[in-house]
Amino acid sequence: MKQTNSHRDLRINVPVLARVEGEGALELDISQGEIKNLKLRIFEPPRLFEKFVEGYHHTDLLDMVARICGICPVAYQMSAVQALEKLFGHTPTPWVSDMRRVMYCGEWLQSHSLHIHLLAAPDFLGFDNAIAMAKDFPQEVRRGLSLQGLGNDLMVLFGARSVHPVGICVGGFYHAPEAEKVAAIRARLQAALPQAEALVHWCAGLKFPQDEQSFISVALRHPDEYAIYAGDLVSDQGLNVPIEDYAQHFQEFQSPHSTALHAALNGQPYLVGPLARLNLNLEQLPDTVRSNLEATGITFPSKMMFHSILARAVELHFILLEALRLLKDYEVPEQSRQIVEPVAGTATGASEAPRGLLWHQYQVDAEGRIQSATIIPPTSQNQARMEQDIALSLQNYGLEHTDEQLRLHAEQVIRNYDPCISCATHFLQLKIRR
Amino acid sequence: MNTQKPCLAVHKFSSCDGCQLALLNLGEPLLDLAELIDIIHFAEAGPMAPDRYADIALVEGSVATEEDLQRIQSIRANTGFLISIGACATSGGVQALRNMTDSNHWIKAIYAKPEYISLLQDSTPIAQHVHVDFEIWGCPVNSEQVVTAVRDLLSGVKPAKEPAALCLECKRAGYSCVLVSKNEPCMGPVTLGGCGALCPSLGRACYSCYGPAELVNDAALSQRFTQAGLSSTAIKQRFHLMNSQAPAFEQAGQKAQSMGK
Repeated sequence: MKQTNSHRDLRINVPVLARVEGEGALELDISQGEIKNLKLRIFEPPRLFEKFVEGYHHTDLLDMVARICGICPVAYQMSAVQALEKLFGHTPTPWVSDMRRVMYCGEWLQSHSLHIHLLAAPDFLGFDNAIAMAKDFPQEVRRGLSLQGLGNDLMVLFGARSVHPVGICVGGFYHAPEAEKVAAIRARLQAALPQAEALVHWCAGLKFPQDEQSFISVALRHPDEYAIYAGDLVSDQGLNVPIEDYAQHFQEFQSPHSTALHAALNGQPYLVGPLARLNLNLEQLPDTVRSNLEATGITFPSKMMFHSILARAVELHFILLEALRLLKDYEVPEQSRQIVEPVAGTATGASEAPRGLLWHQYQVDAEGRIQSATIIPPTSQNQARMEQDIALSLQNYGLEHTDEQLRLHAEQVIRNYDPCISCATHFLQLKIRR
Repeated sequence: MNTQKPCLAVHKFSSCDGCQLALLNLGEPLLDLAELIDIIHFAEAGPMAPDRYADIALVEGSVATEEDLQRIQSIRANTGFLISIGACATSGGVQALRNMTDSNHWIKAIYAKPEYISLLQDSTPIAQHVHVDFEIWGCPVNSEQVVTAVRDLLSGVKPAKEPAALCLECKRAGYSCVLVSKNEPCMGPVTLGGCGALCPSLGRACYSCYGPAELVNDAALSQRFTQAGLSSTAIKQRFHLMNSQAPAFEQAGQKAQSMGK
């Protein structure tokens, strides 16, 4: 056993974990060549959303919860609108359901492209950041920016802007986009398909650290489609329950080292996000997406967390096809929204944010005012799994590496999860004690 | 002649990261800007040098913790021209709704172990703590306004404030008035312009994510909302949403509430 460093005490502080959305730090104690203590700390100051929405009318809710995360505001709006409409006994029209899915595709496209090109790829290619990477990989960085821009424009189509869009409402959309605008986006989606196919192969060709781990995947599953907007809760361990039963199977808990609440499935850490979704719902992807993936030689389900970047690329390919399919025969509907009257009770909604399952529950009074709120974002759910992964991954990598190498490896592991730390927590201070 | 490019830093405080993303979303124009100015610190994009001197700093987010209080002072000391961007940095943001209550109760309600949470009583704008050279409002900011301000500075020109209320922007764009035609409780008459009148463009009422205009006739607007059938609480909540701690809105909301009593 290599124990060259095992008895020195040292502390490294790296202010701000880059290329992650939020603030976090990692504390690591290594002794006798083993990790004795590992804590991923999340520092983002709590903003107390669940309390200040109380007393506001449900018509303000979608604008308020969007502000939990600037990277995935659409996800927050979708989980909330789904919850409210279900409680109010309203079934969205097929046009509304389809267009919400298209808008959600826009957010996945924006978020996945940003993550792959600007946040994760520099790790695999050995650059500090995307600006440095752009000098050697100008085409790839431009491809990233152009796909991200397309995702943004898909959200703008329905919501007038991509960060905190203003288009979704209970009952539908405030406004239906004009047919010419849709035709223009369709042409761009079509033109981006070869880029997405190439992106899957590019990601598959990255050098992945060999790091197989055993973990539980959790995602929504919809009987008719690859789940984005809605579905039942499923795991690769046989769980299959309606979203209303979340609290019977999943527990939230708090640990002293983090402001983000953790979550566990029957006491076990679990994974949500693109890799979990692909592991569970691969069969529901169109043939073209699966055959393009098969041609890379990498198979799913995968137990390699580093395949997350590839899972994102596969989903990105799917999203383009899905948006094209749903917009194929686009017509402006007579009405983009229906008037829905509030009903008192408990509203539960869950959708797949780009980073994974996003679960909401609200108590609403007869006037439609929010009485209480519980919001469980993907990053909190992944936090226990991230800690478990960092420990295993650093052991596999080899604790004899220098502190700096360990820090870089741990950061790369964390970025696989694309943690959106502002929803829970950007500060990786690494404290290693040996 | 000094050929070294000026430096830009982007700092984050308590926020949703949306204003940083609005900048990242610029795509090519951001790369063009990077030709003119060295982006030395922008955590979400990758470059990291929080403690280096920057000629221009963009500050996102509100001051929410003890640590924030120290950090904003050191950023100010290390910055030439400081621009606060977004609702959180300019008014305290949506999370400043907690300033109107005893937030300790809220922390106790959410967290089983409130003693692990360390948070200042109030969420406050940057200008409450240090001198701010220029403010760009909005939730999120209009990133074109940010780029224009930076380019102005690089050309040796002082950036210009948004001159008009949203109403004028909406009229210029030719949108039909949702307050008049649909009786929607539109905040356009009292809201700072700059977003492009997005909500009215979709036929819905502005909810003032850009904060108060220079002149706020809240009494007239509150009266109009009353005629439209809004309760005093609903009117208060129109003012107390994204920028509740902007002084003009804070007071307008209080007045609306007391009218109902």
